[in-house]
Amino acid sequence: MDLAMFLSIIIGAIFINNFILSKFLGLCSFIGISKETKPALYMGVSVTFVTTCASIITWAIYNFILVPFHIEYLRTIAFILVIASFVQLVEMVIKKFSQALYRTLGIYLPLITVNCAVFGVAVLNSEMFFKPEINALTSFALSALQGFCVGLGYILVMLFMSGIRERLELCDIPPSFKDAPIAFIIASLMSMAFMGFSGFRF
Amino acid sequence: MKKLLKEFFKGIGSENPTFRLVLGLCPTLAVSTSVINGIGMGIAATFVLLGSNIIISLVRKFIPDQIRIPCFIVIIATFVTIVELTMKAYAPELSKALGIFVPLIVVNCMVLGRAEAFARKEGVLKSILDALGMGIGFTLALLLISSIREILGNGTLFGLLVIKGFEPVLYLVLAPGALLVIGLLIGGINFLARKRRVV
Repeated sequence: MDLAMFLSIIIGAIFINNFILSKFLGLCSFIGISKETKPALYMGVSVTFVTTCASIITWAIYNFILVPFHIEYLRTIAFILVIASFVQLVEMVIKKFSQALYRTLGIYLPLITVNCAVFGVAVLNSEMFFKPEINALTSFALSALQGFCVGLGYILVMLFMSGIRERLELCDIPPSFKDAPIAFIIASLMSMAFMGFSGFRF
Repeated sequence: MKKLLKEFFKGIGSENPTFRLVLGLCPTLAVSTSVINGIGMGIAATFVLLGSNIIISLVRKFIPDQIRIPCFIVIIATFVTIVELTMKAYAPELSKALGIFVPLIVVNCMVLGRAEAFARKEGVLKSILDALGMGIGFTLALLLISSIREILGNGTLFGLLVIKGFEPVLYLVLAPGALLVIGLLIGGINFLARKRRVV
């Protein structure tokens, strides 16, 4: 539990192992909602909020329910149920308290339930940090941090992509490559640029 | 009979989940580094799809509409857990290679998409055919992408050397290569589809 470890998680989750570009998680929303900058930013903020909370909640579920009852093999079912109901709850709370916020963020929340990035971060946390040799508090801090940074990485790439795609509207692209195919090719170039970060060492 | 066959073949051709519907891409791109991984993922996803489609179409009349998504997710997660544990027991190497992408079948948009768009409305037989067609279409797509990536990126197929004296393009095995291959493939298939429509 030292600073270098935290730093390597921050840099790792945002740049080196960026969820979209190097782990291919959350691709559907990445291609689907990156046509304009504003929705892309809102989606990114919602995803960051949900990944952070989901990391904390799944940590609690794993340590207080699955481990004491020795049912770690039910991880997949438990995690996805908790995440789905949490997202539903957030949606209801936002709808009740702030109509304006609901109109900007609320529509993205149902999409987040099946966003692989959220479930992916929970599973990744459980494989990286939920081990007997790492004490509970450290694993809590590390998974919350990783959840948050994965969200930041997601926002970053969403912003880049939507910026590029807004400009792309003015370009003359072959009709069969419009939308998804050209987006993938751009993502490939971005992913290559992000590979440059993999030389970082601590 | 002809109608049933149509349900089966639409997943392979006109509504191919990967190339036409652009669903379930995360595992497609992540595990297609070698053909063996691709086929393993395809079979695992087909099994989950088949199981969940059967169960959902059997219980479709008992599930209230408001809570259908959580119900579907629990059913899907059950089958994913079966696959995960079976793979860990009988194919530990494959399980290690696929890593977190086995549990991630739960959030594969393709599986939930078929449950939502097909199995909750149609009978069991049709749902089985739909699942098989979609599963095979998904596996074929994975096979195509992973063979391109493995042959050009590593010079091998099924781990055997294919082209002698060929400098493999390492780029294709790494993450950016996957995105490039899928982009070009979808674009190419769009191109063929448009051409056919014009003629």
